[in-house]
This record gives sequence, structure tokens and C-alpha cells, in this order.
Amino acid sequence: MKVSIEVNGNAVTEEVEDRTLLVHYLRENAGLTGTNIGCDTTSCGACTVLLDGESVKSCTVLAAQADGHKVTTVEGLRGEDGDLHPVQRAFREQHGLQCGFCTPGMIMASVSLLAHNPKPTRDEVREGLEGNLCRCTGYHNIVSAVIDASGQEVGQ
Amino acid sequence: MSIVGTRVVRIEDQKLITTGGTYVDDLREPALTGAVHAMFVRSPIAHARIASIDTAEALAAPGVVGVYTAADLDLAPRKAGPVVEPWLAADVVRYVGEPVALVLTEHRYQLADAAELVDVDYDPVDVVASIDAALSDETLLYPGKGTNVMQVNGTAEFPADSFDGCEVVVTQTIVNQRVAPAPLEVRGAACAWGEDGRLTAWLSTQNAQLARGAVAKGLGVGEEQVRVITPDVGGGFGAKIGSDPEPVVLGWAAKRAGRPVRWTETRSENLTSMTHGRAQQNTVTIGGRRDGTVEVFRLDVVQDAGAYPRALFLPTLTELMASGVYHFPKIETRSRGLVTNTTPIAAYRGAGRPEATAAIERAMDLYATEIGLDPAEFRKVNFIRPEEFPYKTKSGANYDSGEYAQALDKVLDAADYAGLRAEQKRRREAGDPVALGLGIASYVEITGGDSGGESGRVDINPDGTVTAYTGSSPHGQGLDTSLAMLLSDQLGIPMDRITIKHGDTDEVPKAIGTFGSRSLQLGGSAVRQAAEQVIASAREIAADLLEASPEDLELNAGEGAWQVKGAPASGSIDWVRVAARAGEGALSADVWFGEGTPTFPFGAHLAVVEVDTETGKVVVRRIIAADDAGPVINPLVFRGQRHGGLGQGIAQALLEIMAYDPDGNPTTATLADYSFITATELPDFELVDSATPTTRNPLGVKGIGEAATIGSTPAVHNAVVDALAHLGVRHLDMPTTPQRVWEAISVKGEAK
Repeated sequence: MKVSIEVNGNAVTEEVEDRTLLVHYLRENAGLTGTNIGCDTTSCGACTVLLDGESVKSCTVLAAQADGHKVTTVEGLRGEDGDLHPVQRAFREQHGLQCGFCTPGMIMASVSLLAHNPKPTRDEVREGLEGNLCRCTGYHNIVSAVIDASGQEVGQ
Repeated sequence: MSIVGTRVVRIEDQKLITTGGTYVDDLREPALTGAVHAMFVRSPIAHARIASIDTAEALAAPGVVGVYTAADLDLAPRKAGPVVEPWLAADVVRYVGEPVALVLTEHRYQLADAAELVDVDYDPVDVVASIDAALSDETLLYPGKGTNVMQVNGTAEFPADSFDGCEVVVTQTIVNQRVAPAPLEVRGAACAWGEDGRLTAWLSTQNAQLARGAVAKGLGVGEEQVRVITPDVGGGFGAKIGSDPEPVVLGWAAKRAGRPVRWTETRSENLTSMTHGRAQQNTVTIGGRRDGTVEVFRLDVVQDAGAYPRALFLPTLTELMASGVYHFPKIETRSRGLVTNTTPIAAYRGAGRPEATAAIERAMDLYATEIGLDPAEFRKVNFIRPEEFPYKTKSGANYDSGEYAQALDKVLDAADYAGLRAEQKRRREAGDPVALGLGIASYVEITGGDSGGESGRVDINPDGTVTAYTGSSPHGQGLDTSLAMLLSDQLGIPMDRITIKHGDTDEVPKAIGTFGSRSLQLGGSAVRQAAEQVIASAREIAADLLEASPEDLELNAGEGAWQVKGAPASGSIDWVRVAARAGEGALSADVWFGEGTPTFPFGAHLAVVEVDTETGKVVVRRIIAADDAGPVINPLVFRGQRHGGLGQGIAQALLEIMAYDPDGNPTTATLADYSFITATELPDFELVDSATPTTRNPLGVKGIGEAATIGSTPAVHNAVVDALAHLGVRHLDMPTTPQRVWEAISVKGEAK
């Protein structure tokens, strides 16, 4: 079937198998490999992207379901001037990443979290990111990064 | 001011936060154009004879390029300890997840469809799914061996009179449960044979050069015929050391099929087929005087090595570190490594040392409880004192330096230990159903324990930029940044003019790579030594340019310029001009740093937990940690390594277990079932500084990669038991899940 998705502002139209997952469409058809796959049970969140502005785990969305919709991946976060998105900047500043594999999904989930709750507490960040797994950081600095990105003082 | 010791954000991050890293599955190299995709058909049964394998239907499925079984392979045998581990199972399968066949298809989505059509006829046989079953030797995995015990080390039989004369003797068998390393990036490989007859293998590994050796050996070709490249690696934690069997089969298949081959396992496959960690059952016996002086410690280690004993060094390493931070006059250890019908065990963050620490630190708490002494005070009675270093333990470890009491005191002060004990007393007296528990773990571990050395090369290019090549193979540890900081400090060249390279065996032909927290102390020392040699060469050129004698010159590292000693006003010359004069290749040094001996990081952790005695739920309220690995190059990454260790260590104490049923079926084989710790289950971490240098390498540093994992598991474990002490609970095994805690409380309740 033919699927058309606006990915990071660019129209992508491809003929794909009906069962194609959105994450594979992004990686194989749109050529954007920033979005990673870390599991097969919708548990890890490495594949988190924004679908019409809401975070989804793209391993559990069919490309066909995103037909005609807008998707934002980590590659599409930077501003037109090339500046880092506040969440990207904060992840680097707070050392919220180590191996980087969970990072694109973690950043996208954080962007979504802040859209719903612009000034979260540390506990609220932990609750909000419960669906995104990280094996390297122990989450402490990820929480700090989201607090930083929200414009709040990082007390920890 | 030197950049070393200051907080510097990582040079690795720009790519990782904007386009994402380039992991194996992300590669779009021209050499991989037209690659076929691969999937292993794996055993769904723990122990069975293979009656037959029929691949006909799979071969006829859409897109199938090849289906291979053991009968097709012509590879040299692979040994796992004293037994042969087949590349693909031929006659017998010995664990759920063991590879039996390989399927190649044109498209990724065709793999699972085709793999399902490979018809393997299994005749199940009796299963050895536990340590007790293995020790009984009623069913043998390798009948030719006559036993399931593959290795015995240490005291064969413990003397009967070792504890005679002790006023107090406490004994306990402690399970250090099997866990899954579960790096976020699963295993992956891409293999392509070139027209020159060489294989290029892109592998998600911690050690490109070790993997090259393993792949070449497996394929029966010379090492020069294999090039291994590690792109970005999404975590390893010990489970990606060297090469697993799969890449060899994939390299073989690429040749057979005449096509490049790509492989990325699924997560569920990863949880049964990547090696697991820990899996020990340790019996401690500790004896001494009622005043708190320990006289004898005995550790009896039983290592479940899984179906193929790939890592029998683990239990002997546990023996080596048995006595921890204590000055015990007498130590007895033994280890047995045995096989079961489960996934093979190998290194996992800490690898042998967490097990030793968990055993001794539980033993210390049991003893303290027995004599009614505070666990902190009891530990202090038995610590090795600072003036005793270097200290040779009775189990053979040669500790370099340590401030064990100081580390513990710092943590107790930061936590307000006395205040917490007072709160605990109040809440117990008030009958609070939420019980407060305090758990201490003092630990020492060994890093760079292999003593194998590491390579380092530094080039100052004609434009004055620096390219450094390290044999270490970082995959999240921030080593690029740390090395660039060290070089910038040493050479006086800004970090943005320094590039760190690693992980391509054509660029770095000789190396060992990353494991055992060895990278900074060995890889860092190598790069430092190479830079020293480059500085020596540059001195000659600078002298020529300044028309001075080389011995009269000094490198002003603050300015990045050469000048005459004591007379900087008489002229100086910067690196750009020195490098331009030197030309291509003149300012290059390639060294092997081989003199580094093992170092012994240490620390103390205090965990504060609350246990809901009505539901069994444990919440870690605080963890206060001192982790001492000598001087710190970059506090940002140093603290990050400790955070990660804390997360994984707490996870083992609270939640994680790779479990099997009595038939050897894994029951936690997806991330929906395996209790991978999340952000909601961890507290903010409280870190206390401590930095005691070592003399065993020029940087004075010890490794920090694993330290916090080692301390945090027993701290939390002890805290949970401490929370329940007033209810009569003396011990319960990890993970301290609500069910286990509730059961422990209930049993005691019934007993009353």
C-alpha cells in the first residue's frame, strides 16, 4: 500500500507492505535512523516519536495508521537556525545520556512530557518517563535534564 | 588552570542528541548494499536430542536466500571451558535460545515467517534447571564428563575444625540471582567479504580486536583476513566482550551466500541468547569473638555457568575478593562451576566482585545482628587500616590503597546515620506499618584485573590538530572526552582540535578493549605515554626552529607553546608551527602500556528503604554513596558512571531476576516480563566525594565503571532485611520483591 507521512516537515511517500511498522517506515523508507528499536513488547520506548505532536511508541503503530499525519523524530527537533532544542541542550548539559541508544526516544518523550506539564517536579518527570528505559544513567541525570529544559533550577 | 578535574560536557553527545548514534543496524555503508537479513532459529526446549531438521519448507518461503544447519558448517570447534560449544546445535540442545539454524532472506519482514517453517524434531530429555539439580548429577549435560561440575578451585574439602574456638559462628546460604545484562541495543552484526578476500565485520562489541581474533579463529583464517569495526555501541555491561558464536556463523554465511549479511536480534531473543550474569549460590560461614573481632571467614561459591561454561573465571574472581575490606586473619574459599540447562553465564557489570561483596556484606550484617552490635561499628572493628597498604589478602589479592573507615564515615555523616537510627527506633515503637531499614555495604573491587596492557597512539598532524587512537573501546563511558581532556592538559592543545579514534582493527591493530573498568587506568596511561614520546620528538623540532638546545626548552602546556626555560621572553613557538615543520607522520608515537597492575577501588554505600509490611513493597528512599577510584579526570562522567552503577545495582537487589521454571523454560524472557528497572523505582542519588590515588599507573587512577554496582546491591539488600529485623526476619534472598518480602513477614507471623 502507498503511505504518505509528513516527517519532520518533509513529505515522504512510499509503497510498503501493509504490516510495516511506523518505526521501520521511518528507518528504512524515510532514512532516519535516529529512532531506535530496543524491544518487541512496547516496553522500552527507544522508538518514541511524536505523531501529530503526541508521543507514541513507533514500534506499535502501523505506518498505515500514520498515513496523512505528521511525525517528528529526533532529527526534526532542531530549530531552523540549527540550534539545539532546549531538551537536546539539557541532555548534553546534564549528562543525561551515555551510550545514546535510548536517547532519541527519551528526548522525544521528554518533549511530550514538557508540553503537557511545563514545570514538572522530579517525581513527575520520573512518572512521565516510566515507559522509557535506560540502562546506563540510572535516570538521575535524565530527570535533571528535563528539569533543566523546563527552565527550573537543577537542585541535584 | 588545568582542565583535568573540571566538569566538561561530553564531545560524544552532539551526534547522539541530534541524529542519534550510528549503531550496527543504522549502517548504510556501500559495502552492505544488497545485504541479506539473518535470523537464528533457536531451541524452544531446554534439553533435547535433535531427531531431525527439515528445512525444505523454509527454503521455499518467499525471499529465502539460504537456510543453514550444523550439517552445512565447516568451522573449527569452539570451546567453552572444558567442553565444545557448537556453532549451531547438531545433536543436542542444552538451553532455550540455543541456535539451531540460520535463515537468510531478502527482506527483514520475511525472516520470522521463514524461520517458523524450519521444522526441528526435538526429543526432550530430563532437564537440569537449578544448581541443586546440577549438583545431584542425576542428569548430566555432558555424560562423558561424569559430572555437571566443570571446575573446582580452592580448598577441595573444608577442614572440620576451622571454627573451633570461635565464640560466635554464623552461616547462611545466599543466592546471587541470575540477571540479564540487557543493554538497550541488542546484539547485532553486519558481515561483508571484499574482493580482496577479507571479511569486514561490523559488530556491537566492547573489544574489536578480541572479536577479530575470535572470528578469524572460528572461520579458520588468519587475523589479517578479518577487519572488525565497532560503530557506536548501545551499551555492553560485560555481555558484549569479544565475540559470541553468532558473528562467526554470520561471516561464514556471508561467504556461502555470496552476499553481505546483516543481523539484529530481537529483544526476546536477546534475553535468552545473550549471556546472563551473576547466578551464584554462596554459603558464608563467619566466626570470631563476641567483641566483634572476626577470626575466620569461609566462602563456598557455587557458580551456575549455564549450559556452556564460557566464563569459569567468574567464581575464582569471587574467591579472590572474598574477604572484601576486612582484615581477617583466616580465609577459606572454594568454588565450583557447574552446568545447567540455561543460558550461558558471562561477565555482567562487576563480574565476580558483586557476588563476593554481596556474600561478605550479608555475612557481616548477620554477624552484627548475632552479637547485637551496630553494623557500622562492627565493620570498623574489622577494616583493613590505611597504614597497612599495600595489603595482601589471605585470598591472594594485593590491595594498593584504601581509606575504608573514612569512606564509611563520610557516608554516615552525609546521611545522618544516628538520626536515621533514632527515627527507626521511634517508628518501630509507634508500630508504624511502614518499616524503615538502613543497609550498609563497604566494598573493595579490582579493576584492570587482567593486567593485559593497552595500546595508545598519538599523532600531531601537520595542521597542529591531534588524532589519538586508543585500544579501549568506549560505548557510553565518555572516554573520548576524558582522553581529550588528558591530552589537552598534557600538550596544551585545545580539546576541539583533538580527535579520539577507536574500534577499527585496521586503524588500531593491537588492543584489548573495554572490560573490568580498565579503560582509563590502562588505555588512558597508554595515550599519556604516547603523548610523552610525541613531546620528546617535538622538542627537537622546536629547538631547531628556535635555534636553541633541546634540553633548554620547555613545553608551556598552558599556552600550547615551546619556550626557553626561564626565559620565555626570548621567544616561543606554537604547535602549529612545530607540526608544520615536522610534516606528516613525524610527530607520531604508538605505544603499548604494559606495566599497569590491578588497582582496587573501594567505597561505602548506605541505603535507606521503607518497607510496607502490609503489602511487602520496598521503596528505596535514599542511597548515599562514596565511590573512591582515585583522582577524577571529569566529575561529569565520573558521577555518571556511579549513577549507572547505582541503578543497576539497586535493580538487582529490588527487582531483577532471569527466572526459569523446573522444565528450564525462561519465564522472564521479554521486557514485558523482565523487571528492568524504571525511573519511578529509583531515588535521586546522593554522592559523597572521596579520592585516594594509586601508585600503580602514571595517572594514579582506578576504574569507576563497575564500582557503584558492587556497593549498592548489598546496601539495599541489607536495608530490606534491616527493615524487617524487628519482625524476626534474619535473611531473605534477592530480588526483594513484594511477594518475597510479604512471604518472609508472613512466615514469621505464623511462627509467632
